Amino acid sequence: MEIIKIKKDHLATGLDALKKSYQLFGPVKKDSCHEFKRLEQDEQPDLNFTNTRLSPKALIYPQSETMFTYSLDENAEDAHILKEAVKTDVPKAVIGIRPCDADAFLLVKRNFDAPDYKDPYWLNAYAKTTLVGLACENPHKTCFCTTSGSGPFSEQGLDILLVDIGDDYLAKVLTDKGAALAKAAGWDTPADSDSATEDIECLKAAAEESISSSVDTDHLKELDTTALHQAPFWEDAAFACINCGTCTYLCPTCWCFDIQDETCGAKGTRMRNWDSCMFPLFTMHGTGHNPRGTKKQRVRQRFMHKLKYYVDKYENGTLCTGCGRCIRACPVNIDIRKICNQMNHYNPDTVEEPAS
Amino acid sequence: MLGYIDKIREIAKGILEDKKIDMVIGFRQGSVPMMNEPCIIRHPDDVENLVWDSHCGINLANYLAGRTEKIGVIAKGCDSRNIVNHIIENKISREQLYIIGVPCKGMIDRHKLADMAAGEIVAVDESTDSVMIKGADFESTSPKDDVMQKNCLNCTHRNPVIYDILAADLVEEQTDTDRYVDVRQIEELSVEAKQRHFTDLFSACIRCYACRNACPLCYCPTCFVDESRPQWVGKGQDTIDIHTFHFLRAFHCAGRCTDCGACERACPVGINMRTLTKKLEKDCAELYNWEAGLTIDTRPPLDMFDVSDSNAFIK
Amino acid sequence: MQNPYLPYPVRIDEIITETEDKNLKTFKYVFLNPEDEEKFAYRAGQFAELSIAGKGEIPIGIASSPTEKGFVMFTVNKVGLVSSHLHAMQVGDIMGIRGPMGNSYPWDTLKGKNLVIIGGGFAFTTLRSSIIYLLDPQNRSDYGNIDVIYGARTPGMLLYRDELAEWEARDDINMHITVDGTDDPDWKYLTGFVPTIADQKAPPGDDDTYAIICGPPIMIKFTQPVLDNNAYSHDHIIMSLENRMKCGIGMCGRCNIGREFVCKDGPVFTLAELNKTPKEY
Repeated sequence: MEIIKIKKDHLATGLDALKKSYQLFGPVKKDSCHEFKRLEQDEQPDLNFTNTRLSPKALIYPQSETMFTYSLDENAEDAHILKEAVKTDVPKAVIGIRPCDADAFLLVKRNFDAPDYKDPYWLNAYAKTTLVGLACENPHKTCFCTTSGSGPFSEQGLDILLVDIGDDYLAKVLTDKGAALAKAAGWDTPADSDSATEDIECLKAAAEESISSSVDTDHLKELDTTALHQAPFWEDAAFACINCGTCTYLCPTCWCFDIQDETCGAKGTRMRNWDSCMFPLFTMHGTGHNPRGTKKQRVRQRFMHKLKYYVDKYENGTLCTGCGRCIRACPVNIDIRKICNQMNHYNPDTVEEPAS
Repeated sequence: MLGYIDKIREIAKGILEDKKIDMVIGFRQGSVPMMNEPCIIRHPDDVENLVWDSHCGINLANYLAGRTEKIGVIAKGCDSRNIVNHIIENKISREQLYIIGVPCKGMIDRHKLADMAAGEIVAVDESTDSVMIKGADFESTSPKDDVMQKNCLNCTHRNPVIYDILAADLVEEQTDTDRYVDVRQIEELSVEAKQRHFTDLFSACIRCYACRNACPLCYCPTCFVDESRPQWVGKGQDTIDIHTFHFLRAFHCAGRCTDCGACERACPVGINMRTLTKKLEKDCAELYNWEAGLTIDTRPPLDMFDVSDSNAFIK
Repeated sequence: MQNPYLPYPVRIDEIITETEDKNLKTFKYVFLNPEDEEKFAYRAGQFAELSIAGKGEIPIGIASSPTEKGFVMFTVNKVGLVSSHLHAMQVGDIMGIRGPMGNSYPWDTLKGKNLVIIGGGFAFTTLRSSIIYLLDPQNRSDYGNIDVIYGARTPGMLLYRDELAEWEARDDINMHITVDGTDDPDWKYLTGFVPTIADQKAPPGDDDTYAIICGPPIMIKFTQPVLDNNAYSHDHIIMSLENRMKCGIGMCGRCNIGREFVCKDGPVFTLAELNKTPKEY
């Protein structure tokens, strides 16, 4: 693994060079928040940020995406037959993604890259995207990545990890994709490997130390699913929830979607849109029966999916990287850390029956 | 407002002990600065969990519709007006409620405060007229008026309009405030400029429906955006669909909206959709001399007809 | 990479109105590209997404049997947007089919076993597929006794009436056809609710006997205790579930019961399996 030194003013030069062969995306400040957006010809990312308000998942998995097109014109030879939508093949690069958010793609990949079915939209977009991460030196108080299988300097899912050391960035090249991008950017000054590694380790330790928030997940796997599902704390946990989609739409690991047809005249598209387990319609049967018809059932589904079903299914940790967005954005202060700990320490044998 | 909590706890404990009610709906301490969490208190011993400060902006009337218990509910001016709406619209009965009125001097806008801070806010301390914020390497104090929710700044009903008991003395109402400066600015725009204004306003919308779901008025079992037969609105990120949602929702709230600010407060991407509901509030004031949620004795103007209506359609 | 969301184009070859209320119609489809029929190799108990451009998709159990070649068949209840549109379509119209999906009934496990097939109302479609499959001369000797208990509200609400009569006449399958009630003097079969008939007619449970149940929730609710009383162990009670679905391949996230997706890990589960999951169906 190679470590490159990039002078801060060479970052911009390199990014400009990359725009010839990549669509570049990076954090840009609008009003008071940073969001990932396409970097235009004369635009640079603003890397002076903690994290973006929305997760970068939309760069791989857009909120609304065309899957197929069709014609309803009876005179057309292919009337009523779906045709694959044309997708661009231009490589993308995301500059400044935080390690927790890059990690999230790996968790989501397990869903879209199953042994029996492959989701071509997600996988193609992921395959053609290079992720250049920026190590997190000033995490939020609501970040809990270090106890969620990730970390401020986590390299999982990244192609390059940038570490800010003052006048320079140290770039840890982690994959062939990352090496190709570094080459295209003209970043080729090797760092003194030993001292660079030491610098990074030192900053990493300090960053991990500064994560003040945590969750307990050690018992989740062994808990009985149906007992946990029937635990009395869900009533209280769900009371404040207004069942909006904020947590699921901001979450880098929420992947649920809906499929919809939209016709305009004789032409139409079949598209998929983000959907949310918070919405009653998500599970409503045609008959009107709804297996998750109450707020409590929907709130429980969200947390059980992330912190129990996923844990059991993949045996590889929770479906959460500890980015803390849902905590910061929830309009009614539902806090996944609190609920995770309640779940983790749930003991059906000692629980008191809730008073009626 | 800071001293209210002792009185609120005392009242809550009393009505729980006397079994006047089955539960109290109030706020408990939030897990992050500037947030408190709506909660249910069922036992007199648990009233110590209740809190009250300037971070109780969530409208608790939103938690009443359809409940069958007898409920003690803590209500600011705007919450009380939405309770009036709910009583008129048969979502809850007056007899079910024991309303603990809380005169209000305005709630803090957490987004505004966060924007003003030099870093992440880790602690907030408020006094009567000012708010101090602290971060890892900064500390600053602002007058409350500078960090208040926009709707609170020119609120004209700070005192509850309906209550069974008050947690404090009534506060002075703001009477010399102009509620519609922002609405008039938009009214004066050309059609094209209005179009641009609204396109820009809603450009960040992710259709999470936090505005709708935080709104006590939006209790329809199936919202029009979720109807499939017929499907009124597309489900993608098309600008027209997003506008249709926001505009129609505002119309559904016409004559009912109390400008409690729940919608704007809930929005995760900072959209001020209140400019729409305020325009309709202004129209209702001008056309019908109507303010929503002040009395349970009069139905809202768009909920009835009147042969003396000034418009021609009625004749 | 094969796109699992892309339907095979099909033509409606035949439409049969099944029930007296006209809310159930059977659609026979022919694949526009013959090679697609081979790709659509399925087992009894699987389902597919019927796709209508401009309207959307609905998951429907496959009513034809893998032993029937040249077409696939689905019986559709008119409920929502897509099914209502489908009911108004004509022979010759073009649409799509995506699948097959789900896990099917456990035919390998069932080899050499006795089967009691219990169905109610319009949930008889994959059971028809199963019966046709079992009665095929290639397969019949692989399985033991077959009892079928099938009920509907009235005689006119029974599906596949001609075939029911044919099976009734055979001696390698025991048919117990019932209706909730009827004033038809010519009705020559049983009268009574499915759970009651199951109690009278189902063979006692043992290691070599499996029950397959498919029907409305109320029927399942009252049939299960009957099977319990008749000594069927929960891993010998096989059920097919329905949930709202979109993708049909375990990706869109809505049809789960616990960690299992009804669309991919099901729709067929044993009661023993269901006892371990939240009852979110």
